[in-house]
Amino acid sequence: MRRPLVLVAVSAALAVAAVAAAAAGEESLTLHEGSARELTAGRCAICHSLDYIPNNAPVMDRSGWQKTIQKMRERFGAPISDPEAQQILDYLAGNYAGKSQ
Amino acid sequence: MTTRRELLLAAAGGWLLGSTAPAGRGALAAEPAGADPLEAPAGKKPLIRRAWRPPNYETPLEGLVPLYTPNDLFFVRYHLAVIPEIDVDTWRLKVGGGAAQRPLAVTLHDLKHDFKRVTLTAVNQCSGNRRGLFTPRVPGVQWGNGAMGNAEWTGVRLRDVLDKAGVAAGAVEVVFNGADLPVLAATPDFLKSLPIERALDENTLIAFEMNGKALPHLNGAPARLVVPGWTGTYWVKHLTEVRIESAPFDGFWMKSAYRLPTGVFPGARFKSQETRETTPITEILVNSLITSHVNGAHVKRGAHVELAGKAWDGGSGIAAVEVSTDGRQTWTAATLGRDLGRFGWREFRYRFDATQPGALTAAVRARSNDGATQPDKLTFNAAGYHDNIVQAVTLDVG
Repeated sequence: MRRPLVLVAVSAALAVAAVAAAAAGEESLTLHEGSARELTAGRCAICHSLDYIPNNAPVMDRSGWQKTIQKMRERFGAPISDPEAQQILDYLAGNYAGKSQ
Repeated sequence: MTTRRELLLAAAGGWLLGSTAPAGRGALAAEPAGADPLEAPAGKKPLIRRAWRPPNYETPLEGLVPLYTPNDLFFVRYHLAVIPEIDVDTWRLKVGGGAAQRPLAVTLHDLKHDFKRVTLTAVNQCSGNRRGLFTPRVPGVQWGNGAMGNAEWTGVRLRDVLDKAGVAAGAVEVVFNGADLPVLAATPDFLKSLPIERALDENTLIAFEMNGKALPHLNGAPARLVVPGWTGTYWVKHLTEVRIESAPFDGFWMKSAYRLPTGVFPGARFKSQETRETTPITEILVNSLITSHVNGAHVKRGAHVELAGKAWDGGSGIAAVEVSTDGRQTWTAATLGRDLGRFGWREFRYRFDATQPGALTAAVRARSNDGATQPDKLTFNAAGYHDNIVQAVTLDVG
């Protein structure tokens, strides 16, 4: 289907708001305290609810998160700069890497 | 001891009997901390929530007990978060592509009235079903056993629609797009392709009904692809466009996702998409699921135990289901239920006496008509597909 222009033209936040209404409950999840928590939540939640993070944590270590962030940026076009990617990686590896615990 | 399953079964009774009591709430409240959360997405009964957005919800074991998985208990799987509600009056299915001789657009009314209607029973199983059971664990939605279901699908043959558009000589693949969209323009839209011969197979349908009712929104309304025997990734939902092409489709969801190491697993080959290293996942492997008991279930000593469940494969049909209660030394045939067609699952039942107190492990393995049997050992693959190893439950007899 041709992408409705509105989705491209307006900020991603509006598209998220439209979808989030259908995903009642996702706001109830708060990520662990940490220096890049807001950055991580802000970038990841553009496209998906944050439960993908704790749900994958048992499977993940630092290298796993590194690959995932790379995939999100390169394959799925996540708007994350190099310095941001480093901060998000440190945050996820420090708080959601169940495999190494 | 009251097991989680017993609590859930008590709650599930409400659903299965059609009670309007808020069964899910009860189940949720009774769950121990850390258990899989039950939650009802729009239009569904409570399912196991694997993710809110894009929505990924798994059918609880209780939902896999009926011969046909109820629509409101059927699993939900999306890659993309923008899932528009579609107005059936304005919906059009465009049929075209470089190898279409007479491109056309059909309405839902056209589909229902201008083509022969076909109904068949088929298992729809997500490629990643049981990924959460993988050892070692792999990233991705951590599905248990319920990213699957069995339903009666009604629609029209894709072949009949393609023939109306005229399949040119040299057509290699047919490409499918649905109405669901990514949030970001940079994210690859979810498009899939099938080899031309599978697209023209008499069992490949454009379905608009599931179990005799209109498709639920979260299962692809108003029309979806049904590819019996092949994993769910090909069953494109909210179908909007079909393209007949003379070259292999090079979209992300074909070239980079849903792939396995080449030559490792059995099943149909998707040659136009195969490389030396990797190949698309295609057919469902022979498999079974015990639905009557879970690990730790209590059984009274001396009682008859009736083990039951389902067995299925990628379309050859189930030849036999065997049960072992002696550590996989000897196997005895279970009784098979009604044959729903070679793409549906087959119920099995096995009755035995629990004579010795203590732990009793019952293992189940299915064999398909093409001779394949469930293996004991997992063939690891990085994406977490094709977990069809023999499963067992350990009962607590006393």
